[in-house]
Amino acid sequence: MARTVFDKIWDFHCVGQRADGRDLIYIDRHVLHELHAHHAFAQLEKQNRPVHRPNLTFAVQDHTVATKPGRDDATNPSGTAFIKAMREGCRKNGIRLFDIDDPEQGISHVVAPELGIVLPGATHAVPDSHASTVGGVGALAFGCGTSELGHILATQVMALKRPKRMRARLDGRLGAHVSAKDVALRLIAELGVAGARGYTVEYAGSAARAMPIEQRMTLCNLNIEMGGRSGFVAPDDATFAWLKGRPYAPQGAMWDRALAHWRSLASDDGAEFDREVVLDCGTLEPQITWGTDPSQVVGISGCVPEPAAVDASRRAAAESAFAYMGLVPGTPLAGLPVNRVFIGSCTNSRLPDLQVAAAVVRGRRVAEGVFAMVVPGSSSVKREAEAAGLDRVFRDAGFFWGESGCSMCAGGNGDRGEPGERCVSTTNRNFENRQGPKVRTHLASPATAAATAIAGRIADVRQLLAGAA
Amino acid sequence: MQPFKSHTGIAVPLLRDDINTDQIAPILHSRSLKEDYKAMLFMRARQREDGSEDPDFVLNKPQFRTAGILVTGQNFGAGSSRESAVWSMLANDIRVIVAKSFADIYRENCLQNGLLPVVLGAADVDAFTARVVAVNGTAPFTVDLVTQRISGPGGADIAFETAAADRMRLLEGLDDIGLTLKHMDEILSWERRAANAQPWLQETHDNR
Repeated sequence: MARTVFDKIWDFHCVGQRADGRDLIYIDRHVLHELHAHHAFAQLEKQNRPVHRPNLTFAVQDHTVATKPGRDDATNPSGTAFIKAMREGCRKNGIRLFDIDDPEQGISHVVAPELGIVLPGATHAVPDSHASTVGGVGALAFGCGTSELGHILATQVMALKRPKRMRARLDGRLGAHVSAKDVALRLIAELGVAGARGYTVEYAGSAARAMPIEQRMTLCNLNIEMGGRSGFVAPDDATFAWLKGRPYAPQGAMWDRALAHWRSLASDDGAEFDREVVLDCGTLEPQITWGTDPSQVVGISGCVPEPAAVDASRRAAAESAFAYMGLVPGTPLAGLPVNRVFIGSCTNSRLPDLQVAAAVVRGRRVAEGVFAMVVPGSSSVKREAEAAGLDRVFRDAGFFWGESGCSMCAGGNGDRGEPGERCVSTTNRNFENRQGPKVRTHLASPATAAATAIAGRIADVRQLLAGAA
Repeated sequence: MQPFKSHTGIAVPLLRDDINTDQIAPILHSRSLKEDYKAMLFMRARQREDGSEDPDFVLNKPQFRTAGILVTGQNFGAGSSRESAVWSMLANDIRVIVAKSFADIYRENCLQNGLLPVVLGAADVDAFTARVVAVNGTAPFTVDLVTQRISGPGGADIAFETAAADRMRLLEGLDDIGLTLKHMDEILSWERRAANAQPWLQETHDNR
């Protein structure tokens, strides 16, 4: 029978069915972070349950670590206890930790693929809703809570209900300065914040195929913002080339054997999906959010919508967003003055994201009164960016250049805006108060964020660059 | 896990869609390994800018301060997977959430902790919500997982459905890890099979 990629991965990893009807899905790679792991370590210790497969488990310090140069455990005082508990839990349980000073420390969703820890066709879990970022290399990932994290530590499986399958076909060729971020925001706008709830999403189509791996990760990262727990792009030659030679990827004869299997990870002709959606990406302009959920999106040349133009079921949410964001319907997004720009997070902090932003920033200055920061997604990304001189480009322009971590995405490390500030951010959630109490967040791509930092106002990167030419 | 059989309590209407876990359990500036989950619940919505209590927020109203059943809209618990968004409900003795729908991870986190997520059909949820609003905290409702019915003032009982598997786990308060550990033989034999079929999955080496 014709099967989708999802079916192939799920069926292979199904260990058995539990008495309550749930499938036990084996987790090949489990990555922990310090914000949630300590609860699970404490719970297992109390129950006297060992970690079943420490060698398939990895850990990072990412949510609470300071980004200030020269940071240590104490730089963010409210993170210190989490960082230390993580270190202790990993030591006791024999888990490889990428600690705060490790040369490969970083955001779990950036570190796991860049080291080749996650692989095509592998299952992956992180106690974080953006786990499916690694769908960009063709892995099937599940974000989870703390109880499930403890469950995986003790058993190496998750007890799951089989989700439905959605294929999102992304057609067309992206225009200049339009990226995966813009595609994902538009898709969320079309499907809504719960549009993929209950589904695993396979991103397909020429636009997805044409995306470099880092962009595919951005695309899959935002899957949860339309309610989907897992999303991926089936692996192809670009994936294999990207992974080959990474430290934890198989090598030699094992690589060849893995590769032969990975080539079978395509949805068969005639395989059935429970839902198919199509997005024409050829005409997309850069996108930006105007509201307080990631589906409240317009093109960069667009305006804050009139209430009448908003679907009736979403109108109350829109009205509440206008008030929180301090925006009047009909106002063009481009031109709104900003106080902050943040480039980073598991969504957009990989080297090509920084390269795109640096290309916009090079030879220019951050507008007066704007605090702009770049936080690389991993210490490896930071090192590579510095080797290429990108840190100079950002610093010379007036950007803060930080140590790697989740930083201002959720502000768990103390990096936050001030009340009332307007912030253009390359992150994934524009929820009220997320980047600091009363902070007004607009989600956009690295190119848009960089252009905005220079202009001091929300800017269309295409116009900024055309103006310079 | 604390078993769930039946819960009687005041039902509080929080009638918005897409309430996310950043709203339910905000990440606070100052935090510790032992958080005050009771205080965390909807902390930003509960407070005015000067830090004083906002009397207009529904959970601060006298009749709803001890509510045990939360009634809400679509896609409750969207966003971050943080389980504190469930623990903060339980710390406030809220044992049932009746919603039009739940975000996937949030629903799972509820089941893991004996917090009953109830989804009612479109007609029932509107009728029930109207009753909850009309009763306005003057009398309790009972949500019974054994009979799968909601009873209370202002109308007939309302039936709801919970997947048999989830219902069993909640009723018996089963230890989820314990349930799975009964399958350890299958897990070990899967590992042996995988070590042959896709050996690169069963090992990890830093090849440098």
